Amino acid sequence: MELLGYYNYWVFAIVLMVGFYAVIVRNNLIKKLLGLAIFQSAVFLMYITMDKVEGATAPIIQEGVTDQIYSNPLPQVLILTAIVVGVSTTALGLAMVVRIKEAYGSIEEDDIIAKDRKS
Amino acid sequence: MIIIFAVFLLTLLVITAIAIVRAENLFVAVMLMAIFSLLMAANFFILDAADVALTEAAIGAGVTTVIFLGALSLTAENEKKVELSRGVAMSIVTATTLLLIYATFEKPKLGDPEAPVHQHVAPWYLSETPKLIDIPNVVTAVLGSFRAYDTLGEVFVVFTACIGVLFLLSAKNPADKQSRRTPPESIGLRHHLIPKVVGRLLFPFIVLFGLYVQFHGEYGPGGGFQAGAIIATGIILFALLEGEKTALAAVPHSVMMAMVAGGALLYTMVGVVTMFMGGNFLDYSVLSSNPVFGQQMGIILIEAGVGITVCGALLAIFHAFAARENY
Repeated sequence: MELLGYYNYWVFAIVLMVGFYAVIVRNNLIKKLLGLAIFQSAVFLMYITMDKVEGATAPIIQEGVTDQIYSNPLPQVLILTAIVVGVSTTALGLAMVVRIKEAYGSIEEDDIIAKDRKS
Repeated sequence: MIIIFAVFLLTLLVITAIAIVRAENLFVAVMLMAIFSLLMAANFFILDAADVALTEAAIGAGVTTVIFLGALSLTAENEKKVELSRGVAMSIVTATTLLLIYATFEKPKLGDPEAPVHQHVAPWYLSETPKLIDIPNVVTAVLGSFRAYDTLGEVFVVFTACIGVLFLLSAKNPADKQSRRTPPESIGLRHHLIPKVVGRLLFPFIVLFGLYVQFHGEYGPGGGFQAGAIIATGIILFALLEGEKTALAAVPHSVMMAMVAGGALLYTMVGVVTMFMGGNFLDYSVLSSNPVFGQQMGIILIEAGVGITVCGALLAIFHAFAARENY
């Protein structure tokens, strides 16, 4: 039971590296972007894990309740905005992939490199 | 009890992540990504982050999936099979994972109230919000007032990314120069009975819920980012059902562009107005004779700006991908 206190961080480490693996090994550009999105989500998980306080509740203050403790609002604010920024940057990456497909006829990295070498 | 559920969800998260990387059909991978986001949202909720869970559910599972599918329809659905030497990558990844796990033993345990992160500025936010701003949701207070500079920056990142997408996707495709085929009439899902009926029923409630999240963000989980995403999702659903043309007739390009720029402008103008009224940039206390009321007014205004920009940007990005097929 003692070790379960670290379980969130272990999942963070594993998911982070699973995303990283997709980025470095997979040749497909969309797969790389999916890997990047997983990587990003893992970082979100780490921040949100840090905000938790044992026995606390979401940081929405109830009137007349004085003995309630609340979780830390700061990591939540940072990650809330990061999620929205994440989707916009992913969309930008996908737009680039679409243009690469139109220019090279492929979204596989080795095909693109082969085509570049030829010309 | 809750810890068993959390461990179960986190384990599912790892399995889904591995399945995404292993899937060779990209369509399957994108659908798994939506499940991954939903699981992530559930985890955030267990960890007391209601606002973040709402954002992740609306954006990760909703908008991101649609944008990925739009990109897939323009590229290829299947990944090419290649035999790669994965040994080096695998050993690097395994070694880094083990190092990261080793490093976690130095970290404070989950839920430890003595953790350094809870000692710094967070207690001040929690104790001063009722006095200075007097709204129940501390996350909205920090987002809108204490850290309003940050949020302004994020809004401009969304704005810039949207411009980038439009810039990349609105140029004509060089390969298609000869075959200027007329764009096929996009009919959406109009001929499928069940999506049509269910979608039509859901659409007004999605938009209504979006507006509720926008204007109730000071009292419960919600705010401009979530509301913008939810309303955009509703309109994207409408576009998928009725075809792009009908959706563009309802929300034309000019309106979307005005929303993207207008929201960011509204946010900045609130800051400029506070400067003219003798305060600092984005210090809302001067907006009214009662500083607490001024703060609330400022937060409502900037949340509106955030919501308008996010909604406009996500819609513009979706339509940019959808319109690309017609070139």
